[in-house]
Amino acid sequence: MTPPAPFGARLDDVVVRFGKQRRMSADGNTFREDATTALDGVGLTVRPGTITGILGRNGAGKSTMLSLLAAFTRPTSGTVRVGTEGAQEDPWENAWVTSNVQLVRESGDLQDDEKLSETLKYYADLRPYWDVDLAGRLLDMFEVSPRKKPAALSRGKKSAVGATIGLAARAPLTIFDEVYLGMDAPTRYAFYDEILADYAEHPRTILLSSHLVEEVERLFEDVVVLDRGRVLLAETAEEMGRRGFSLTGPASAVERLTGERRILHRQQLGATVQVTLEGAPDDGEAATARDAGVELGSLPLQDLFVRLTDPARKGTS
Amino acid sequence: MFDGPEPIYVQIAQQIRSQVLAGELAEEEQVMSTTQFATTFRINPATAAKAFTGLVEEGVLYKRRGLGMFVAPGARERLLDQHRTAYFDDVLAPALAQADVLGIPADEIVAYVHARRHGTGPDGPAATDHTTNQEQS
Repeated sequence: MTPPAPFGARLDDVVVRFGKQRRMSADGNTFREDATTALDGVGLTVRPGTITGILGRNGAGKSTMLSLLAAFTRPTSGTVRVGTEGAQEDPWENAWVTSNVQLVRESGDLQDDEKLSETLKYYADLRPYWDVDLAGRLLDMFEVSPRKKPAALSRGKKSAVGATIGLAARAPLTIFDEVYLGMDAPTRYAFYDEILADYAEHPRTILLSSHLVEEVERLFEDVVVLDRGRVLLAETAEEMGRRGFSLTGPASAVERLTGERRILHRQQLGATVQVTLEGAPDDGEAATARDAGVELGSLPLQDLFVRLTDPARKGTS
Repeated sequence: MFDGPEPIYVQIAQQIRSQVLAGELAEEEQVMSTTQFATTFRINPATAAKAFTGLVEEGVLYKRRGLGMFVAPGARERLLDQHRTAYFDDVLAPALAQADVLGIPADEIVAYVHARRHGTGPDGPAATDHTTNQEQS
């Protein structure tokens, strides 16, 4: 059985509000908690067949948005569509969509009190394109025994199981929501390598949310930045790279080259100035900069992300 | 790897050009596939594919259906021509500007050039130094 073509997704004006709740405080009294808005008018198109990065600060709405795509949550208003190009459907209670969408949550969704092999059997039944050999090979690589109960596994090993499930499911839409938690650096890099290798062999749509922007930015073809329940940016990683650059060199030369550009950040060390500017350098500017002894630098996605989601920023550009 | 200011696909293309120039990749030799490139350097396969597309348009690489990418015949000669033209502006001019800053007189530079070119062959340290500079610029 060959899987369907990679799935795309589309969200239009999606709002998710979690209702008022009765909660119990530490002293035993109950109190009402106000409704919170997790997503506040999200519009987004996920291109099928891409590895798309989902970035956002804590509470930005990443997990809520990702659970909508897998029908773990229903929008308060707005529409969610998931599926192959031209055949996208509402995922809610939709067997075709849900069997083809694998969301791996940070919690892993494992059956804690049963051997891991039981959880794997469950996913093998659930996912039509499950690759049992790949699952076994990945668990070996991550050094996780299927005879153990998930409750006995460390945080990092549980994440490795989540990574295994996500990859072995070979789902046309595969979502990793902060699956790296607790993994040590070599394990994370092994995970990234497996994503790339398997994605190249079995093209599908992969959404990956992470706070380790520097580690994962090169995996992305598209990037989505969520901020306070809204989409701040959704574009290709390449377009994002053209949003800013830096100039480092003698103050006067740097100032001349800066011209009318908006300065995002300025640092001075003696006579040397470094400015981070909005936009991309023109063709001629690289040569002009070099002749003036000014070094041109790229703006890491991490820095751009930090500046874009700075709560103290003045408006959005 | 690929830490320069340009987009990664530009840097990948530059690296392949340098390898062809240096003869590390011979004409008609197969280059790494996009998948190998992606997993080796931990980058999105589309990024690697974009570099290859550019190199095919330039005539440095060509595609054999079902087999992969190969270095085009005559690619090295064409790259040598281009790089020889660009060498003075891109490599030598910044080095001379730096010499001006340091107050190194022209005859000292000329003497150095003569000593180095006669003292070492084309594969000596002098040649290697130039390639490194080019990759970084």
